Amino acid sequence: MTRLSFAFAKPHPALVTFITAGDGDTTANLDALVAGGADVIELGMPFTDPMADGPAIQEANIRSLNAGTKTADIFALAAAFRKRHPDTPLVLMGYANPMTIRGGDWFASECNKAGVDGVICVDIPPEEDPELGPALRNAGIDLIRLATPTTDATRLPTVLNGASGFLYYVSVAGITGLQVAAQTSIDEAVARLKAHTDLPIAVGFGVRTPEQAANIARVADGVVVGSAIVELVAKHGANAAGPVRDYVASLKQAIVAARKV
Amino acid sequence: MTIAEPIPNSLRNQPDERGHFGQFGGRYVAETLMPLVLDLEREYRAAQQDPAFAAQFDDLLEHYVGRPSPLYYAERLTEEVRKNAPAGKGAQIWFKRDELNHTGAHKINNCIGQILLAIRMGKTRIIAETGAGQHGVATATVCARFGLPCFIYMGAKDIERQQPNVFRMRLLGAEVIPVTSGAGTLKDAMNEGLRDWVANVHDTFYIIGTAAGPHPYPELVRDFQSVIGKEARAQMLSRINRLPNLLVAAIGGGSNAIGLFHPFLDDKDVAMLGIEAAGHGLNAEHAASLAGGRPGVLHGNKTYLLQDEDGQIAEAHSISAGLDYPGIGPEHSWLKEIGRVRYDSVTDKEALAAFQLLCRTEGIIPALEPAHAIAAVEREAKKMDRDQIILANLCGRGDKDIFTVAEALGTSI
Repeated sequence: MTRLSFAFAKPHPALVTFITAGDGDTTANLDALVAGGADVIELGMPFTDPMADGPAIQEANIRSLNAGTKTADIFALAAAFRKRHPDTPLVLMGYANPMTIRGGDWFASECNKAGVDGVICVDIPPEEDPELGPALRNAGIDLIRLATPTTDATRLPTVLNGASGFLYYVSVAGITGLQVAAQTSIDEAVARLKAHTDLPIAVGFGVRTPEQAANIARVADGVVVGSAIVELVAKHGANAAGPVRDYVASLKQAIVAARKV
Repeated sequence: MTIAEPIPNSLRNQPDERGHFGQFGGRYVAETLMPLVLDLEREYRAAQQDPAFAAQFDDLLEHYVGRPSPLYYAERLTEEVRKNAPAGKGAQIWFKRDELNHTGAHKINNCIGQILLAIRMGKTRIIAETGAGQHGVATATVCARFGLPCFIYMGAKDIERQQPNVFRMRLLGAEVIPVTSGAGTLKDAMNEGLRDWVANVHDTFYIIGTAAGPHPYPELVRDFQSVIGKEARAQMLSRINRLPNLLVAAIGGGSNAIGLFHPFLDDKDVAMLGIEAAGHGLNAEHAASLAGGRPGVLHGNKTYLLQDEDGQIAEAHSISAGLDYPGIGPEHSWLKEIGRVRYDSVTDKEALAAFQLLCRTEGIIPALEPAHAIAAVEREAKKMDRDQIILANLCGRGDKDIFTVAEALGTSI
């Protein structure tokens, strides 16, 4: 059983949390996510041109790059995290260019060495899978694909072919952190996806409050929260660990309670 | 626009069915956009088979844009260059006058084609990015012509240096949205355009201004711009019954260049030269992706990019806002790799000198973008025999640039 499949096999839906690597005190913030009860951690790889992100994560990318974050630093953060937290799955999330600039095999091998469990690449759709997919699969790293409100039933098999770990449902057609999807549309979408796959379904984009997280947790296998945490890092700078831990704990509590209702 | 059957061993059959030009091109977009990009491709294939689409495109180009644009022998510029050339040297310089198009640049050719596609697809809202503002003006123009709401993303720095075009877009009814992220230039405007598109997929058509972006954009922009090369080729044959020895065009994303080059790609005796913007020089800040970059993925396609060793994209610099982009259309990357087209660069300083030279010798104020091509023409003509012919694309007029040029020359107006 992989760390990811173990995380989604718990009796409660998984809380998936995102922060941008190199923004604030990443080591302390990663520990705070675990302490708050995150089941899966997405570590964002900063990129100069984050086309799919809203203002919160765009600014986190800029802060990180301005602080001098290099790809090697991100793998060092990941490797150190793996030593401190042997069981918490860690997923790298980012854009194609930083992931493929030295070749897909290089990236997959670094992920493997650092103990990274999965990769989400925003701008490599299934049509461009050869860029990264085969290398990750050879290295035993899960390639986590995204499904969106525009992914219809005819396209879904294309998205699922080669996907593993979990399926990330992007609940709004838009960029990160801004709009909120209507709960009924999420319910319908998750039911539709579950008819096509046994992969766990994690739902994200625009999730901010414990109530929203709980509502999603009633239907999905996981809830992804990103921009709201990144905003706490922006607000509290080097001292974000406490607020991040408390916020994540409030989400976790709501998610765990949701399934008991 | 005519539908061409594939020619065996032709260089004009790219891209492949996945949108790749060799290793370049492709569809590197977020999943939300992927179904749209596939839809656009289906609709474009249908339009290519539809004689009514071609007829409407041709009709608008003739009666609205003012095509065909003239082919012009620049006699005094040729003489001027010969004065400083070795004996017997100094090729004849000809221009394809796309600066005489409605809106003052080649950009309108592509906008006509794309808005017809948007209407075919039932889209009701148009967005675009712009650097120099020429593509923004052309997009705002076709939106006014067809009565569609228009939103133009433009870098804050570009808004500052291209005020006349900003005002033009507003007069035409477009909303110009300043982009302050990054360096506030074309790359950042394109990011913001993509963010808008992903959030408004149901009703919005993104009119991309250059032969770049996810497949099928590089192909369809090239096809719409190929009117330049098709006309030029026919005009050359009918005027002097021969083809040029060398084609020259400036390259930012590369739409005017690919539009001129593509119809000539299978003419083995026609050499081609694409000119990137060398800004302050290739060892300083510049915008020459082929000269100073390497392959990577940005804005939906794989192509040569200015970037660091981690794949972080560098800021480009050029005095010409239209060339100020750290990437290049994927077909140019391919044409460079197979060696069919030669690429070189011209600095801000050289472009400024060529700008003034054309004003004085021919009574034509060029845009700063083709001023780069003209600088290269001067350089190349001196090496070529007098009976040889250079054809350069004069892809835009310089009215928009007079403030930038005045400032660079230390004059206030």
